Amino acid sequence: MCPGPITDLFRAYRNANVGDVIELLATDPAARSDTEAWARRSGNEIVAVIDEKDYLRIQVCVVKKGR
Amino acid sequence: MAYPPMMLATTGAAMGMEVHLYFTFWGMNMISKKTIDSLKISPVGNPALPMPNILGMLPGMTSMTTSMMQGKMKKIKMPSIREMIKTAKDSGVKFHACSPTMDMMGLKREDLIPEVDDIIGAATYLELASEDAITLFV
Repeated sequence: MCPGPITDLFRAYRNANVGDVIELLATDPAARSDTEAWARRSGNEIVAVIDEKDYLRIQVCVVKKGR
Repeated sequence: MAYPPMMLATTGAAMGMEVHLYFTFWGMNMISKKTIDSLKISPVGNPALPMPNILGMLPGMTSMTTSMMQGKMKKIKMPSIREMIKTAKDSGVKFHACSPTMDMMGLKREDLIPEVDDIIGAATYLELASEDAITLFV
């Protein structure tokens, strides 16, 4: 639930290194557009968005480490 | 109206923005130890809640409306304000208390939750808010 997915993504991002792929599992459909917005702002890339049965699986590649 | 600033603040911080929250007047209830766990919502003058003001004014209506909202929030597992503040703080959000409001309510630093960074006045806040910023008054 917003801001849960983005906060979790951010936490993982803080501990990740450039080249890591973070996988975010979210039940909130807004996570799709939120992660895209997050990726644009942070300069990182969405590798894949997979629609699983009850949730979204979003894979984000860490291209750039900022904050 | 306690939730919107917390959600925006946490999300902003997660997106790499520098986020400052300034708590003034009734917003102070969110960061005061005495009132943080008993925040209420009133149906009076609230166009989103479908109840005529003349009913909303009756004793007990504020408590009932608050319970109703809390029930809805529990159903979707929304975190409490205390938890949202912890998450926001952990994400780098800065918490500022309004100095004149504290005087008005007779509060001291010890009466506020530990997450509060400092007590400032309007000029300090406006300086923070005025450079390359999105400022929201909630």
